[in-house]
Amino acid sequence: MAEKVMVKGTEAIAEAALRAGCRLYYGYPITPQSELTEYMARRMPEIDGTFLQAESEVAAVNMIYGAACTGKRVMTSTSSPGFSLMQEGISYIAGAELPSVFVNVVRGGPGLGDIQPAQGDYFQATKGGGHGDYKLIVYGPESLQEAVELTGKSFDVADKYRTPVLILADGMLGQMMEPVSFPDFVDEKELPDHSDWAMTGTKMERDAHRVTSFNIDPYGLEEMNKRYQARYKEIIKNEKMYEEYMLEDADVVIVAYGTIGRIAKSVAKMAREKGVKAGVFRPITLWPFPYEELAKYNDQAKLFFTVEMSAGQMIEDVKLSVNGKKPVGFYGRMGGVVPTPGEIFAKLMELV
Amino acid sequence: MEHKFLVEVDQERCKGCSLCIDACPTNVLGFSKGFNAKGYHPAEVQALDDCIGCGFCYQMCPDVCIEVKALAKQ
Amino acid sequence: MAYIDRFKGPHALSGKEFTYCPGCHHGIVHRLVAEVIDELGIEGKTMMVAPVGCAVFSYEFFNVDGTVAAHGRAPAVATGMKRATPEKTVFTYQGDGDLAAIGTAEIVHAANRGEKITTIFINNAIYGMTGGQMAPTSLLGMKTTTSPYGRRADREGHPIHVSEVLKELDGVAYLSRTKVNTPQDVIKTKKAIKKAFLAQEKGIGFGIVEVLSTCPTNWGLTPVESNKWLEENMTKEYPLGVFVDKVGDGK
Repeated sequence: MAEKVMVKGTEAIAEAALRAGCRLYYGYPITPQSELTEYMARRMPEIDGTFLQAESEVAAVNMIYGAACTGKRVMTSTSSPGFSLMQEGISYIAGAELPSVFVNVVRGGPGLGDIQPAQGDYFQATKGGGHGDYKLIVYGPESLQEAVELTGKSFDVADKYRTPVLILADGMLGQMMEPVSFPDFVDEKELPDHSDWAMTGTKMERDAHRVTSFNIDPYGLEEMNKRYQARYKEIIKNEKMYEEYMLEDADVVIVAYGTIGRIAKSVAKMAREKGVKAGVFRPITLWPFPYEELAKYNDQAKLFFTVEMSAGQMIEDVKLSVNGKKPVGFYGRMGGVVPTPGEIFAKLMELV
Repeated sequence: MEHKFLVEVDQERCKGCSLCIDACPTNVLGFSKGFNAKGYHPAEVQALDDCIGCGFCYQMCPDVCIEVKALAKQ
Repeated sequence: MAYIDRFKGPHALSGKEFTYCPGCHHGIVHRLVAEVIDELGIEGKTMMVAPVGCAVFSYEFFNVDGTVAAHGRAPAVATGMKRATPEKTVFTYQGDGDLAAIGTAEIVHAANRGEKITTIFINNAIYGMTGGQMAPTSLLGMKTTTSPYGRRADREGHPIHVSEVLKELDGVAYLSRTKVNTPQDVIKTKKAIKKAFLAQEKGIGFGIVEVLSTCPTNWGLTPVESNKWLEENMTKEYPLGVFVDKVGDGK
C-alpha cells in the first residue's frame, strides 16, 4: 500500500487528477475550492503540465472545451456560482461528446449564498443544469480516499464514454484533512487514444475531424441525440455505484450521499442502540441513480429516510425508486448548515 | 491651558494598523501599551500639544476611528 | 471651552465597523465616497451595487440602498437600475478581479454606452477575499498563490491597464487614476471621486476612478510597508493622472 499523506480535500482531488494523467487545468478562484486552483498552479509546472487562471468560469469552461477537443485529459474545478456559469459550456461539451472532468465543491445558495458546505446543487448536477437532453456522470464521494479514487475513475469513464463527468463534493469535503494514499502516476502511453475523432491536425493524411454540437438539420440533430441517449443507456447499465451499510435486516433505510452519507452511518449506529434497525443506502453515482438497487428494499423497509443539506432534491429520486410503496421521510438543512448526527437522529426518532 | 486641537481615537474600533501614527507630521500619536477587545494595540494620543490640526491622521485612518476638533474662536 | 468639528466621519457611512483588514485602503475610499455623497447632498437618492470580493459587504457600511451583483456584473446591474430610475444616483464599487477579470465585458460596455453611473475601481493587484491569487493587474514578477513562480508575460500576460483601455471609449465622461497611500493623495482622490459623481449628476456620462490601493494581508507586508511598496512599484506600472474630464470646473 502506498504511503499515506495528510492532505486537504481540494488538494487531494488535484493530486489525484495529476496521477490520472491530467496535464491541463483551467480554473478560477472561488471559495471553498481555491486551494485546488492554487495547487494546480504550483504542481503543473513541476510535471510539465499547463495551468492557467482564466478570467472567469465562463472562459474556463470554454478553455476546457478547447483542450478536450485535442483528446487530452483536462479538468476544472469551481463552486456553485461558478458551476452555474459553466452550464452553457457543459451543454456544448456534452453535445460535442468531449471527455472532461469537473469538480463542484458545493456551497450554500442560492445566489451568492455563503461559503459553507451544502448539497443544493443536486438538481443542477443530475437533472440538467444546462440546456438540452444531456446528462453528466455524477460522483458523490464521502471521504478523501474515495474522492481520490473517484477522481481517477472520472477520467477513465470520461474517456470511455466521451462524456463530461462531475465530482460533486461539498465545502466540508473540500476543506477537511484526512490521510490518503495516492495511486502511482498513470503511464502516458497507456492513456486512451482519441485519434479517431480528436482535433490534432490532418497532417494532410486524413479527412478533417469536425467536433461540434451543431446540426442545422433537425433530423441530423435527432440522430446525434439518439447517439447520446444510447450512450447514457450504456452508462446506466454499467456504471452505477452505491454502498449498502447495515441494510440486511433494516426497517429504516436512510438514504444520503457525500459527507452526509458518512454522517448517516453514525446515525444508523445511534438508532440501533435505541433498538431501531436502521441502515444506510449511500448512492455513490448520483447519476446514474441506483433506482432499482434502492427499490430492492421496498418490501423489507418500513420507512425510507432521506437526509440532505438542501430543501430536498435527491428525495425526488428516492420517491421515484420507492414508488409509493412505503413512506419517505426527510431531514434537511439549508444555508450551508451541516447537521449533527444528534439532530438527524432526533428527527428519525420522531418519524418511527 | 486649552489645547488648540483635540484628537479623539476610538480605541475599540482601532485595528492598530499604524497608518495614522506614520502619517502624523508632529508625532502626536503612538501605540497604546494596552490591548483593545479585538486584541490590537490601538493608536492613542501621546502629545496633543504638538497637534497642528492637519487632519492627516483622519485622512489615513481606514476605519474612521479619528475625529479632530479645533478650539472655537471667541 | 467650545470645540468645533474639523475632521469627522461622514453621515453617509452607517457606522458599522468595517470588516476589512488593518490598514486596508478600502476603508479610506469608503469614507471618501461617503464624504462626497454628503457634500453633494445625494444620500437620499443614491443606490449602490457591491461586488464579489472583499467589498462584498460594502452595502452594510453605507446609509444608502444597496445590492450585491454576481461577480463582475455590477456595471450591468447598475445599468438596469439607473435606466429604471434615472433620477437616482447609482454607483458601483469594484475590485480588480470583479472589474478587470470576469467583468471586463460589463465595464467596457457600460462605459461605451456612456451609462450615467459612477464606478469606484480599487486596484490592489491581487485577489483579496479568496486568499491572494493573481489578478489581471498583478505586476510582472509578483508571486501570488496562482503565480507562485512569479508572473511572467509569456505565460500570464502583462498587467492590464484598465484606465488606458477605457479612455478610448467615447461614452466615458470622467476617468482618472489616483492612489491613497499618502494624506495628500487621499485628498486628491476625494476630488476625483467627486468629479466622477458629477459626471452622473450633470448627466454627462460614465464616471470612473481607478484607485491604486494596498492589500497588506495578501502582499505579506505591514500597512506602512504596503504604502511604500505601492509607491515604489505600482505607480511605475500604472501612471497617475486624469485621462478624461468632460466635467470641467462646474460645481
